[in-house]
Amino acid sequence: MAEEDNPWQKFLDRPNTDRGKTLGVAFLVAVACGVAVSTTAVSLRPRIETNIANQRQELMAAMLATLPGIGEILTEAGADAVETMVINLDTGLVEPAMDPASFDATAVAASPETSTPLGRAEDLAGIGRRENYAQVYVLRKDGELKLVVLPVYGNGYQSTIRAYLALEPDLNTVAALTVFEQGETPGLGGRISEEAWQAQWAGKQIADESGEIAIEVVRGTGTGPFQVDGVSGASVTGNAVTDMIHFWMGPRGFAPFLDNLREGKV
Amino acid sequence: MAVSYRILTDPLVDKNPVTVNILGICSALAVTTSMSTALTMCVALTAVLAASAACISLIRHHIPTSIRIIVQITIIASLVIVADQVLQAFAFEMSQRLSVFVSLIATNCIVLGRTEAFALHNPVGPSVLDGLGNGLGYSAVLLIVAAIRELFGSGSLFGFGILPLVADGGWYQPMRLMLLAPSAFIILGLLVWAVRAARPEQAEAPEFESRKQERAVET
Repeated sequence: MAEEDNPWQKFLDRPNTDRGKTLGVAFLVAVACGVAVSTTAVSLRPRIETNIANQRQELMAAMLATLPGIGEILTEAGADAVETMVINLDTGLVEPAMDPASFDATAVAASPETSTPLGRAEDLAGIGRRENYAQVYVLRKDGELKLVVLPVYGNGYQSTIRAYLALEPDLNTVAALTVFEQGETPGLGGRISEEAWQAQWAGKQIADESGEIAIEVVRGTGTGPFQVDGVSGASVTGNAVTDMIHFWMGPRGFAPFLDNLREGKV
Repeated sequence: MAVSYRILTDPLVDKNPVTVNILGICSALAVTTSMSTALTMCVALTAVLAASAACISLIRHHIPTSIRIIVQITIIASLVIVADQVLQAFAFEMSQRLSVFVSLIATNCIVLGRTEAFALHNPVGPSVLDGLGNGLGYSAVLLIVAAIRELFGSGSLFGFGILPLVADGGWYQPMRLMLLAPSAFIILGLLVWAVRAARPEQAEAPEFESRKQERAVET
């Protein structure tokens, strides 16, 4: 019989107690499962990414609509009132060469040509490399600044936390913080996605009178304009959010852009 | 034919995994606050159950006994990831509402219980039927619990208002308890009681005699 010479058939004919067969079956099952999982993940990734992007847009629109005073401007002027611009984070100026419509933040952050490695001391957000360009949103009415929305992200306890930070015209008061992507522990760190937690941010001050960035997520109940209540059992996530805000409001983050905005250069 | 029919329908009431074996309770509590989440969860679990039964039954002669649990868990977990990815791609909002519970199908005792008890020893056809039957049995319980919880907890079914709420100018004051986990325990308990009252053969023998009977024996 030809089948007996077939190594595959020989392998299958070995008794189930055989060590070689045990290892072989374990290996084959692992390979088959791995292939199935990765094929699905790769083929569905574009769809899932579109879904996440849509959700991000919705969250942003929802955030803007609920802000006092901003919702009315938007209903009056429509969504066009929000100006999207790509800025150079080092100079803090608008980058005219880059089109906001086709700006791909993920690609910019991933490419070594358009990102800068961060030193250990300055890398508060734990992101390793910082992209040179970022997309920001500015809302003006009759030429007067009403709101700035900055995308921020940082390394959390077990995931990358991504959020929109909206600032009032004084560029120091938080109008809102919306976390649109995180994979922290559900029920603990994951609660930073809850509206109740995010609502605390409205009205908090970023920097104190001396210009030092003072805002922080504290353990337990925060007091004063610089403190936000942390989630119990999620200190690491809270610290990560603090560090992320400190980094992005600092000199390697949006500080040059915000300075230019204050001086009316942008 | 009659045998296949029994394999499919037995788990619906007579051998229901939830009311008879009290398996899969965790997810039954978590996803039954609304009909739509419960239905999505049921479809996902039934699909994973039938598919894993098919895969495991297909290779049942070649699974070494010493590593059979690991092999089964690997197959089940992979299928769960696939189901989770499909949900994220085609029903994103629903997958956000179900959060971790789809991934937790991997730890649902019904799945491993059925593959271990049935699919490991039976051909593909009956195994798939058994998987489907158990999935449907689980679904029936989940949908009953979800219908009660959503109707009395938020006055709606599948999100459509049935009872006009006081908040919207109607007469129905929603029962907040129904949206909390304890209500699912209470409803499940009542359901088990109702099923066992209708099918007395499902009732287990008491582990202890009650004090009253003891006294009756003494006197």
